[in-house]
Amino acid sequence: MKRILVGIKRVVDYNVRIRVRPDGSGVVTDGVKMSINPFDEIALEEALRIKERGGAEEVVVATVGPADCQQQLRTALAMGADRALHVQADGVLEPLTVARALLQLIEREQPLLVILGKQAIDDDNGQTGQVLAALWNRPQATYASKLELTGETARVTREVDAGLETLEIDLPAVITTDLRLNEPRYVKLPDIMKAKKKPLDTFTLAALGVEPRQQLKLVRFEPPPQRQKGIRVKDAAELVDALKKKGLL
Amino acid sequence: MSAKILIVAEHDGKKLNPSTAKCVTCARTLAGAQVTVAVLAAEAAPVASQAAQLSGVDRVVTVENPANLHALAAVLAPQVVALAAPFDIVLGPSTTFGKDLMARVAGLLEAPQVSDIMAIESAGRFRRPIYAGNAILTVEKAGEGKVVGTVRIASFEAAASGNSAAPIEKSTVSVTLPTHTRFISVSAAKSDRPDLQTAARVVSGGRALGSADGFKILYSLADRMGAAVGASRAAVDAGYAPNEMQVGQTGKIISPELYVAVGISGAIQHLTGIKDARTIVAINKDGEAPIFEVADFGLVGDLFQIIPEIERLIS
Ligand SMILES: Cc1cc2nc3c(=O)[nH]c(=O)nc-3n(C[C@H](O)[C@H](O)[C@H](O)COP(=O)(O)OP(=O)(O)OC[C@H]3O[C@@H](n4cnc5c(N)ncnc54)[C@H](O)[C@@H]3O)c2cc1C
Ligand SMILES: Nc1ncnc2c1ncn2[C@@H]1O[C@H](COP(=O)(O)O)[C@@H](O)[C@H]1O
Repeated sequence: MKRILVGIKRVVDYNVRIRVRPDGSGVVTDGVKMSINPFDEIALEEALRIKERGGAEEVVVATVGPADCQQQLRTALAMGADRALHVQADGVLEPLTVARALLQLIEREQPLLVILGKQAIDDDNGQTGQVLAALWNRPQATYASKLELTGETARVTREVDAGLETLEIDLPAVITTDLRLNEPRYVKLPDIMKAKKKPLDTFTLAALGVEPRQQLKLVRFEPPPQRQKGIRVKDAAELVDALKKKGLL
Repeated sequence: MSAKILIVAEHDGKKLNPSTAKCVTCARTLAGAQVTVAVLAAEAAPVASQAAQLSGVDRVVTVENPANLHALAAVLAPQVVALAAPFDIVLGPSTTFGKDLMARVAGLLEAPQVSDIMAIESAGRFRRPIYAGNAILTVEKAGEGKVVGTVRIASFEAAASGNSAAPIEKSTVSVTLPTHTRFISVSAAKSDRPDLQTAARVVSGGRALGSADGFKILYSLADRMGAAVGASRAAVDAGYAPNEMQVGQTGKIISPELYVAVGISGAIQHLTGIKDARTIVAINKDGEAPIFEVADFGLVGDLFQIIPEIERLIS
């Protein structure tokens, strides 16, 4: 079966103002709104569109994390995913551990395509897709803003610093999404009810044979330095004067 | 013990990208570091000689292969891994080139990666921004083995190009390279304006510019100032400006001397990209816009009147 696997991470919602805990042990997450990582919503949307065009038969979403992550898997099912896989894991999960777990799921599911976000907006690592592609020994096309499947290959337009780059890659492969790939659909209420009946399988890291290793210790979290508040100028002339005085013009 | 650091050069086959000189500065903040720059290319000579001139570089190694004509992460990564054996730290720039490549290198090495390094405190201890720059995290390597990193280029000045040159050595790596990834094309919009990522001055426009045509007043001002032009995501999404002009969390992170935000509200994702600018100017008709909270100089008013006026005043 032609299947697409989508990685979903539960993260602090992008609208939340982040506060660092006074003791430097992390950021405040109690009572804070949690959501699907925005890039992963785009990944799921792309998978659903491919399926709707007849390019795939099944969309499976997967997450690695604690029990709470099932909320985001249910949201993904409500968006239209067919099945969900939850790999239970607690504590700090580094990209290598997540990628190893996803690789085990790939071996079970044999997907045609794996779509992840280009980065998680909490850790901003931007690594998991590339690490997974390396472990799997398959192509990667990161920062995708356009994706066309043509049988055994895919053409991917990537947002790179120079502009837009187009690659052709053999399938199966790993794609990571950029914001302009698509605009995710809204979840409709009846679909939330339907999603409750869709299959959600759980695994443990141990059952998949993955040992969680923490290779980087998180020593300290700090708030960023604040910029000094500046001054208001009344018109263009005053602005130009001020900038000239600072040697900026 | 002094750390051995390998830096993977970013280049277009002819010119070394300034991001590499910033990686050198980052590596050099570690006392006693030995810094080697790797140039993987179809023909390495022109780029290798530029890398060798950077002050702070001890050695340059080149790997030539026709397959290296375009920078494909899947092709370059196994070669970097082959070179990496004697090194403690393997660095690349936190540009789309480096982010794409280095994480694949980390995956092959099964080594930890520190993304967006803003400071190296010791050979195993680094500082980096998380949550779009809303927190700074210090991490420390937990075990033995290498660390891979990408360098947040807005945090470092470029190493100067000196007169003395480091030795250049040719290296041959025997790894089979994949053919599953093929380069088709790149749309390199050619412009005579300074490069956004390294420009000393940047003028950026937002949704308020209203159209691609509206952006022309910014191009005109920028040319007068010798500035690069940037854009907010809203302006790019609306098609007013090409995607390579986007500044912010999901665009370019820049650190110019002067940043002029025109008709940009100052969303947190945009501010992430400009926090390191020396001086920020905001021009916005809404006096309550969040951009004014970070602006050194704020001017409330209609940009379509103000911009031409500024241009007149500096002509
Ligand atoms: C995951 C994620 C990542 C993102 N990444 C980025 C990113 O990298 N970069 C980025 O920029 N955004 C990013 N965004 C989007 C960001 O949240 C904002 O939507 C965007 O920055 C708004 O752009 P803007 O300021 O141009 O538009 P608006 O917010 O619409 O602001 C327009 C401003 O123009 C002013 N204005 C209107 N007319 C005039 C006039 N005639 N004269 C003067 N002022 C006028 C208005 O007062 C207003 O303040 C991201 C969002 C998400 C969710
Ligand atoms: N715990 C996780 N479970 C599932 N997918 C993940 C997880 N962590 C990261 N990913 C995927 O990898 C992408 C990049 O994450 P990161 O490397 O952490 O920035 C995310 O957008 C997700 O698609």
